[in-house]
Amino acid sequence: MSDNKKCDDHVLHKSRRKVLKGLAAGIGLIVMPGRDASASVWEEFFQKHFRELSKDELKSVIARLEKEHSKKFGKQVTVKTTPPIEGVKYGYGLDLSRCIGCRRCVYACVDENNQSRSPQIQWIRVMQLDKEKGVDLSYAEHYYNPATVPEKGRFYMPVQCQQCEKPPCTKVCPVQATWKENDGIVVVDYNWCIGCRYCMAACPYGARHFNWGKPELPASEMNPSTHYLGNRPRPKGVVEKCTFCIQRTREQPGRYPACEEACPVGARKFGNLLDPESEIRYLIENKRVFIFKEELNTQPKFFYFYAT
Amino acid sequence: MKILRFASPKLVLLTLVSIFFLSAASAYAARVKEFNRSGQLIVTEKSAAEQQPVYDIKNRPKENIFAVPRPPFSEGVFPCSQCHKYLKPNPKQRVLTEHHTEIVLHHAEGQRWCTDCHNLVNRDKLRLVSGDLVDFTESYRLCGQCHGDKFRDWKVGVHGKRTGNWNGDKQYLLCVHCHNPHDPKFKALKPLPPPNRPGKAGH
Repeated sequence: MSDNKKCDDHVLHKSRRKVLKGLAAGIGLIVMPGRDASASVWEEFFQKHFRELSKDELKSVIARLEKEHSKKFGKQVTVKTTPPIEGVKYGYGLDLSRCIGCRRCVYACVDENNQSRSPQIQWIRVMQLDKEKGVDLSYAEHYYNPATVPEKGRFYMPVQCQQCEKPPCTKVCPVQATWKENDGIVVVDYNWCIGCRYCMAACPYGARHFNWGKPELPASEMNPSTHYLGNRPRPKGVVEKCTFCIQRTREQPGRYPACEEACPVGARKFGNLLDPESEIRYLIENKRVFIFKEELNTQPKFFYFYAT
Repeated sequence: MKILRFASPKLVLLTLVSIFFLSAASAYAARVKEFNRSGQLIVTEKSAAEQQPVYDIKNRPKENIFAVPRPPFSEGVFPCSQCHKYLKPNPKQRVLTEHHTEIVLHHAEGQRWCTDCHNLVNRDKLRLVSGDLVDFTESYRLCGQCHGDKFRDWKVGVHGKRTGNWNGDKQYLLCVHCHNPHDPKFKALKPLPPPNRPGKAGH
């Protein structure tokens, strides 16, 4: 009886070894054929989390991405990994007494940050609200399209990622593919994101967007100056969001975000919250300021204010 | 006790040597604080060549906050003296019929006349209430006489738009880049298209 069992075990052991061997050979066969992409697909599949990459690994990841994107879009694409600047925490101000709801910021953002044109993804959503009702979202309309703006009795409130100090979105991510950087920007590692969209459910501002389809981005409109955590082209099935134009603002000197530059009425303000002489600090200290959905204690670093 | 007496000269020497080396090193290198990719703060000794600039609040260069682009003159209109030097200054308030007829004043009309802001004699200058003459590139001083609250906000970057670098050179716009001084109310714009509704084309 026991001998028999021993024998069975032996057979089983042998056959398991055989199976494993066969499997390895099989996988080898699948991978081996001289398909150009296979090596990079392999590499991409086994790529580590962005924050666990060593310097050399990061280098090869960036080289791979730059090569792929440059080939796809037919121009030299750079993928930066610029780290946060010490002594900087970004803050954003938006003057509701100035905003006229023209949506120039929305499209400047789409262009700068390589958002999918179809299916359409826009990181900024402008709400039209009633002056009589105030910031009451039950009266918000974001498909407004009159001949000219602003309309009488209305005001406009653009909403994008509020870069919360206590972001609910990063807490719910089951794989930690999204986190808050030391300069306060909440970022996503698109190669680590599994597309579960928990973060979208957790975000009270509707600031996160999912690539339901293969992002369509015309090569001629593609912005080749990209950041790994920001505006590099995204694959299908990942979540993306505003990063305060991380590819611009982390440089020294760093340009203003695209939405700030596009605003025709100068309603958008950007700066370093830790710099007591920045315009963002001035407006927080001297103007009437509110943060959106304050009661949720997400502690946004996006400040709506009234200059007049 | 014996051991201690034996070791102490060596210890002193060692300390002296290490102090010497440390001070020598600090002359060329600096302690640099950086965040690594995991978000931890790493403090390393780095030579001057390796150092990345940090955002320095105290020692930043004084920025020229009034770096403004050229005022938005209508084509061929400036310098004003190219025509006005042939004309006799006429301070009388009247309706202009020959030149500048396109200018319709919607800016405290009825209380104001051209030469309240434009200097009567030297036409290439603007005139403050005090009688001081200022260039067109400094027109914010003229506007700021009445709109002091906006001028104050503009100077700190809250009114108006700044372009350029948030932590470097910035460019301001003059009041007149956004507001026509003769008709300053901001004009309505056509909004860019609204987002697609879910379930419609593009999805």
